[in-house]
Amino acid sequence: MAKKFMYLNRKAPYGTVYALESLEVVLIAAAFEQEVSLAFLDDGVYQIAKGQNPKAVGMKNFSPTYNALGDYGITKLYVERESLAERGLSEEDLMPIVYEDEDDDYAEKPSVQVISRAEMAQIMAEQDVTFSF
Amino acid sequence: MALEIGGKTIATDEEGYLENLSDWTPEVANAMAQAEEQPVTLTDEHWEIINFLREYYEEYQIAPAVRVLTKAVGKRLGADKGNSKYLYSLFPYGPGKQACKYAGLPKPTGCV
Repeated sequence: MAKKFMYLNRKAPYGTVYALESLEVVLIAAAFEQEVSLAFLDDGVYQIAKGQNPKAVGMKNFSPTYNALGDYGITKLYVERESLAERGLSEEDLMPIVYEDEDDDYAEKPSVQVISRAEMAQIMAEQDVTFSF
Repeated sequence: MALEIGGKTIATDEEGYLENLSDWTPEVANAMAQAEEQPVTLTDEHWEIINFLREYYEEYQIAPAVRVLTKAVGKRLGADKGNSKYLYSLFPYGPGKQACKYAGLPKPTGCV
């Protein structure tokens, strides 16, 4: 039976390797066909911000890869509203990541869901496994 | 390891993948295919997949897992091509690994 796996992303995309490592683990683990979701909290919300350009710090801009998550069957990206607000960000500052719904004639649907801290806590409590990055 | 192309040396890793993705040219793909134990002559059918992979990488910055590749090829090029049988007939060492190598991409994430 499929288990619920959640990957928590709490750190800024560059400066440490956590964000990229998390993304790679997610893509590898996608092969196991579990019920996977990603959560972005704290500075982790910057991972899916628009217009990333880390050239000056000598790192590769891997943000386009989040757009491939739908191809890997990962369609739930939860973002904590309070974390956005604390950083002066809103949903418009995030990449419009979508997936194609096979059961609905491949209609494009948004993967990103901005939810409250309380809702996030509830979704976390429903998980079988959580990985924190 | 390295490839020699037109007097130029191009660095590859121990499995034959390019060290620098920017070194890629179509000649690199041909040279890699010819260097196989059983040399492969790249056809239009091979190029269709190689070019598809390069576009996928350009857009998403990753080499797709083979099952993602299969599905995406099916959508773009038709169901007669988006299946393992067809892709393995072109790339018997594994469409993910072999086609990504010729396309100058890194080994697909999650591929062992």
